[in-house]
Parts: sequence; structure tokens; C-alpha cells
Amino acid sequence: MSATTFAQHLLTGISLGGAYALIAIGYTMVYGILRLINFAHGDIFMISGYFMIFAMASFPWFIAIPVALIGTVILGVVIEKAAYKPLRSAPRMSIMISAIGVSYLLENLATYLFTAIPKAYPEIPFLKKILTFGGITTSLVTLLTPVLTVVLVVLLMQLINHTKIGMAMRAVSKDTEASRLMGIKVDNTISMTFIIGCLLAGIGAILYFTDRMTVYPYSGSLPGLKCFVAAVLGGIGSIPGAVIGGFIIGICETFLVAFGYSTFSDAFTFLLLIIILLVRPTGLFGEAATDKV
Amino acid sequence: MNKKTRNTILNILLVALVVGLLCFFQSDTSSHSYAISIIERSVIYAVVAVAMNLLNGFTGLFSLGQAGFMAIGAYVTAILTIPVEMRDSVYYMNGIAGWLHDLHAPMVVALLIGGLFAAAAAALIGIPILRLKSDYLAIATLGFAEIIRALLAAPMMDQITNGSYGLNNIPGFKNIFQPVALAVICIGIMVLLINSSFGRAFKAIREDDIAAEAMGINLFHHKELSFVISSFFTGIAGGMLAIYMRSIDTKTFQVMLTYNILLIVVLGGIGSVTGSVIGSFLINGGQEWLRFLDDDTFKIMGVHIPLFRPGFRMVVYSVLLMVVVLFWRRGIMGNNEFSWDGLFGLFKRKKKKVSAGGES
Repeated sequence: MSATTFAQHLLTGISLGGAYALIAIGYTMVYGILRLINFAHGDIFMISGYFMIFAMASFPWFIAIPVALIGTVILGVVIEKAAYKPLRSAPRMSIMISAIGVSYLLENLATYLFTAIPKAYPEIPFLKKILTFGGITTSLVTLLTPVLTVVLVVLLMQLINHTKIGMAMRAVSKDTEASRLMGIKVDNTISMTFIIGCLLAGIGAILYFTDRMTVYPYSGSLPGLKCFVAAVLGGIGSIPGAVIGGFIIGICETFLVAFGYSTFSDAFTFLLLIIILLVRPTGLFGEAATDKV
Repeated sequence: MNKKTRNTILNILLVALVVGLLCFFQSDTSSHSYAISIIERSVIYAVVAVAMNLLNGFTGLFSLGQAGFMAIGAYVTAILTIPVEMRDSVYYMNGIAGWLHDLHAPMVVALLIGGLFAAAAAALIGIPILRLKSDYLAIATLGFAEIIRALLAAPMMDQITNGSYGLNNIPGFKNIFQPVALAVICIGIMVLLINSSFGRAFKAIREDDIAAEAMGINLFHHKELSFVISSFFTGIAGGMLAIYMRSIDTKTFQVMLTYNILLIVVLGGIGSVTGSVIGSFLINGGQEWLRFLDDDTFKIMGVHIPLFRPGFRMVVYSVLLMVVVLFWRRGIMGNNEFSWDGLFGLFKRKKKKVSAGGES
């Protein structure tokens, strides 16, 4: 493999990883606060792709993007209020089944409303601009994705570490009951977590689908699971961890495909998950939580 | 007449009714082919649902790997039962591995071998991942199901699994009694297991694993046992599904299949064997009876309903799952088993309620 091809694949991998990282943050934040694998997160990401298609059909891109993002956020909050909030005190298994149920519902609803045939994703003209330098050809979106990811993560870290709502989030994820006693509005904090997670998933969807060019009802399920793996890999609950996990998985996947093992690229992700869970269950950056008996 | 004789008589009547119904369907297979296919499908799903319940409901291990173990069972059964003379035409693209070409087994033996393969895979997988807790276990088993599917579809396995072309020409069931009898035997064995000392140990682990360990139950040993046995029967059910469908490929065994089975288990009640069986018949029967939901030309009393078009049935199903999870967490049976006493008790209670309601 020549240096140029290597650089080309590396760039594609980093770009894919950036989109994964944005989705993985949603998983890691929700898991950190609710101890729930939000199986529906990947499907929210998929629906966001459809929102963008319809928004682009009637608005220019600079209005369509906020419209699609707001739609995604509303969807996420509605799901949280309708499907997860009533089960706060229920056993963990029930709330997980509820999450699976939402995922099942969104996939079937998308099949029903938009048919199973892949829909073409609208092109945002300037994102698709082709750039060439030093033998590497790439589109602007590929370069923009990792940069945007890093910028958003830095902003998010500021939000979490230096604002009141961020402090509330950290408190709730440490101990829900104690933070309720301290006067933190737990439900609002959880909604805020979903808002941020869905917003990032929406941005991730724009970047991911602009590269992929089609959306279909199941296009969210596998990336969703992979991003969860990315979150576990980085250490669940840790935002920088999720980002690095996303990049690792994106790059590994691209290179597996490049070397001709595309059938194994999905299997590899899960193998990575299992190895991580066995060797270092807290992930790369996770804090070890002591299990109280 | 005391309760015991009444229950025996009712049991005999129920069995006679079921056998009579099956004989009735069998007597004229061509005109009842629809009902037969629903029943076959239901009993196969019932076996998987009970196997999943053994793990999720009775041992408290939330596993989502069913589709993978079904795939193993299905492929092993299919490879062993495809008639030898048909094999060259089934594997026309890649050819079949030499050692496999003349390997043939009768249906029941093939199913057993399929189950054993699934159990062996579960035993291997179980050693590392049964240490994980609740949701991590779920995602790890889900991951393994995907890995199994990827392996079955891998180009290196082309001469064995026929890669992405799938396998066809699998001989079907000869009559309706075969799948029903197999399912009854499988579920019967699982019920015996649940009522044995092992079953009590499983339930103890479900309730509180630390207390169970303190009582001298070897946690890992019992979790592994439950996982292996559940996978064994899941594998057998996968084999039955292959025989029922007569052609399979790896797309049959996607995560969606696991979710469908989860729907059956949740609807029937987590921790109830009879609930799972009832759930399976309701879901599979419903899948056919509700087919009008997918029909965009269907009219209710002459009124055309614009909602009805392909895909609507699955939406109704998923809404149903959500409603059950949110408002009716016990499902149909909760964690009780069906019994005649319970059924009559239900009627009596209803009557009492009605009369009490009348007085007030």
C-alpha cells in the first residue's frame, strides 16, 4: 500500500470516526446518567437523516439544517418523556426492553412511512466540493467532519465542566437521589442530556449521510451499535473516551474494508467490544465504579 | 367432583382437542395449508421463546443472542438434510467441500446435531461473557450473534454455507405432527428442568445472585448451564425453522428476529412458560390475521382507510410492544403458569367483582 493510498484511507477513516464519535457521545451521556443503553439512539440518527431529506426539499440548506436538528431534538425528548420516564423506578431489564421497543418502533415506522427503498440524501453543495492536494482527492465533508467533531467536543466539555447545567449533569450521573435532595431538577437534567445527545447525533447524521448518499430504515441500527461499542471502548460516561473510541473504530473499519475483509468489519467491532469488556471493563478512560453489595 | 379429577378431565379434553384439530388439518393439507403453516411457525417460535425465557425470565441473564444460535442450528440442520443428489445444484456457484458432500442425516438426528453445535458455541462464548452484568451481557450476546452471522456469510465458508446464496431444497416437514411433537418434547424437557433443583437454583440467581452464591450455588456453573441448555433448544428451533422455511440465508437471522422473539416473551410474561407459548401463537396468528393492515385496498364498511398500507402491521406490533412494556409490564401471564384452577379462579373473581359492583 503506497503512502498516498494509506493517507487516503486514513482520511476516510478519520472522517467516519468523527461521525461515530458524535453519535457515541449521545450513548455515553445517556448511559452515564440513566445507566441505560439507549438502543433507539441509532434510529434517532436514522430518522434525522429523513428529516434532512424533507427539510432540504422545501428549504435552502442553511434553513434546512437547523430545522432537521430541531426535529431530531424534539424526537429525542419525546422518546425520553414517553418511553423512559415512566420506567424510572422499574427494573433495569424493563427499561432496556423499552429502549429496544422504541428502536423497533422507529425502524418499522420509517419502513411504513418512507418504504424500505433507500432514499437519496440531498447534496449540500459546498460540502461536496472536491479538493485535491498531494495526490489525495477528498471532498470537503471528509475534512470538515473531524474538525467539527473536535470543536463540538471542546464546546461540550466547557459546557459540562463550567456551567450550572453541566454541574447538574455530573451530579445526577454520580448519584441521582442525592442530587435530587440538593435541589437539582433531575428530570430537566435528563432531558437536557437527551437534547445534547440528539443534537450531536443530528450533526453526525448530516456528516455521515452526506458521505453515504442514501438513507434507509435500517441505516441507523448497525452504526448505532458500533457507536455504543465506541463509547464502551473509550470508557462509558467519559466524553473524550467516546470520541477516541469513535475514531479508533472508524479507522479500523476503513482499513479492514481497504484490505478486503469487508464481511468482517462489523464482526470486528463486536470482537473489540468483547475483548475490551474482558480485559478492561472500564474502557480506556472510564472510572472504575465500585459495585456496592 | 373434586378439583383434581376435574383438572385431569380438562387436561385430557384439551389434549384430545389439540390432537383432533391437528388430525383435522392433516386430513386435508391442501385446503388448510394456511392454518398448518401458522401452527408450525407458532410452535417453532414457542420453542425459542421458552428457551429465551429460561435464560431471561428464570435465570435473569438478559441475552440477545438468539438469532445467532438459531442460525447455527439452522445451517447445520440444512447442510445435513439437503438430499445428496440435490447438493451440486444447491452449491452450483462455489461447489461443496468434499468431506461434506455425502454427509447426510435424518431430520431428527440433524436437529440434534444442530442443537449440539449451538450448545457448543454457547459453552465457548459463555466462559468469557457470562461474567458480564445485565446490559453489557445483552450487548455482548447481540455482538456474538452478529459475529456468527458474519462468519456464516464469510467467503472462506462458501463451500460449507454457500455464502450469500443461502441454502435451499431443504426437505420440509412430512406432516404437522412432526413439528408439534418436537416442540412439545423440547418445551417439556425445559419445563422439567425448570421444576428441578437446577431450575430452583436458576430462580435463586435471578432473585439475588449474591444471596444465591452465599447459599452455595455455584454462580458460573449454573449460569453456563442455563446458557448452554437455552442455546441448545434455540439451535434446535433454528433447525426447525430451516425445515419449515425450506430455504435460508444469513439475512433471515438478523437482530430483528431476536426482537420478534423478545416481543413474544414480553407479551407472554417474563418468567412464564405457558405465557411464552400463548404469546407465540398470538403473535404468529396475529401476523396472519392482521394482514389486512398491510392491504391498501381494504375497506371497513365501505370506507377506505388511508392508514392501511404495507408496513402498517409492523408499526401496530411495535406500538403493542411499547404498550405492554409501559403499561402492562406483567404481560399476559406475569410469572405465573397457566392452570385450570387459575382460570376458574379468574372467572369467580370477575363474577364477584360484578356482583359487588351491582350492590354498591
